[in-house]
Amino acid sequence: MYEPATSQALSVHNLAIWRGERCLCRDLSFQLSAGEALQVQGQNGAGKTTLIRVLTGLGRADEGEVRWRGESLRRTGAEYRACLAYLGHSNGVKLGLSPRENLAAFCALLALPDSGGVDDVKGVLERVGLSAQADLPCGMLSMGQRRRTALARLLLARARLWFLDEPLASLDVSGVALLTEMLKAHLAGGGIAVFATHQLLDLGPFPVKAVALGLAA
Amino acid sequence: MRVTALIERDLRLAYRRRGELVTPVIFFVIVTALFPLALSPEPALLRSLAPGVIWVAALLAGLIGQDSLFKSDYEDGSLELMLLSPIPLEWMVLLRVFTHWLVTGLPLVILSSLMALLLNYPTNAMGVLVMSLLLGTPVLSFLGAVGAGLTVGLRRGGMLLPILVLPLSVPVLIFGAAAAGRAALGDPAAAPLYFLGAMLVLALTLAPFAIAGGLRVSLES
Repeated sequence: MYEPATSQALSVHNLAIWRGERCLCRDLSFQLSAGEALQVQGQNGAGKTTLIRVLTGLGRADEGEVRWRGESLRRTGAEYRACLAYLGHSNGVKLGLSPRENLAAFCALLALPDSGGVDDVKGVLERVGLSAQADLPCGMLSMGQRRRTALARLLLARARLWFLDEPLASLDVSGVALLTEMLKAHLAGGGIAVFATHQLLDLGPFPVKAVALGLAA
Repeated sequence: MRVTALIERDLRLAYRRRGELVTPVIFFVIVTALFPLALSPEPALLRSLAPGVIWVAALLAGLIGQDSLFKSDYEDGSLELMLLSPIPLEWMVLLRVFTHWLVTGLPLVILSSLMALLLNYPTNAMGVLVMSLLLGTPVLSFLGAVGAGLTVGLRRGGMLLPILVLPLSVPVLIFGAAAAGRAALGDPAAAPLYFLGAMLVLALTLAPFAIAGGLRVSLES
């Protein structure tokens, strides 16, 4: 089959995901190109997390496939992983380490080049409003501040694709505003974002597509 | 690729919870010290038991904390980030096992010479005992990591782990204790040491793939 010339696109073809006996989605197809966002909707337990994990390649779909730039995820491997940033239910933040140490370790995990790492971390911490707490162990920070550390990770990664699972959890009003700003900047830079939230995010001029789960069953 | 940064992170975390790291070491000391109390303090008997006692105690002490190898990463979401990193998971797992051995296995190896003295193990054979542990304990760490990777998603994984790992550890135990035992009698111990070396090479090259595979399966659901 001929692939349309949307080289930047993430596309999903006839996806079906089963959780045991329960069908979470069936014949799900959509396409996202640069600057587009997708909101995954559905009540608790509808399978939003599962879908996002399938899109990142962490989980596996029972039928259908996810393609990045026309290539199936099964073949893209590390190349795809280098393009994506994931914010899951858990923050991926080590409580024994400070935000600064956490982010430095994350730079290593991303295989970012040596240069700039330290300055980047400083700037990013400022952006998410954690400059004052940068050297406290994350175990001493509030849930919201830990979430902000995780948001800082997204900024460090400079990934084209963002997968955010309940990104608003534990964030205060200014945190939500920060995330909205981050998303807008990301989309303006030609990024793609997939997020699962119960609230509607106002992303201004950027189109937000929606996928609703839990209707197939 | 900044390998050192990942090792540094693990070592820093280990240092922050150093209290937990002392547990296997104390366990090792206590178990070895129990044998003279239970059997008999007779020097000749202890001398013949020493290699086996040291090796079994090291094996059991190594199991403590083995299930936590990936547990905290699983719980706080770091494991997902590791899987999504462009760096091959096998490589990161290898580094993790290495740092884990550095903070848990190496202290046991160092302490073993002291405990061997306590059991009247001949000092001129000490080099072989330490060498056998130096070659054998990393293999045990790798085997434990395979089990830890497979059971990380299970709630009672800690219970299952020894049952999975101990049978696999038998060859290491046999050759390790044999090397130390032969040396104590003044016999050449090169052959069992070579076997241990071969097992270490096998573990080093194959185990990372098994561990990474186990972690991927554990996270897929």
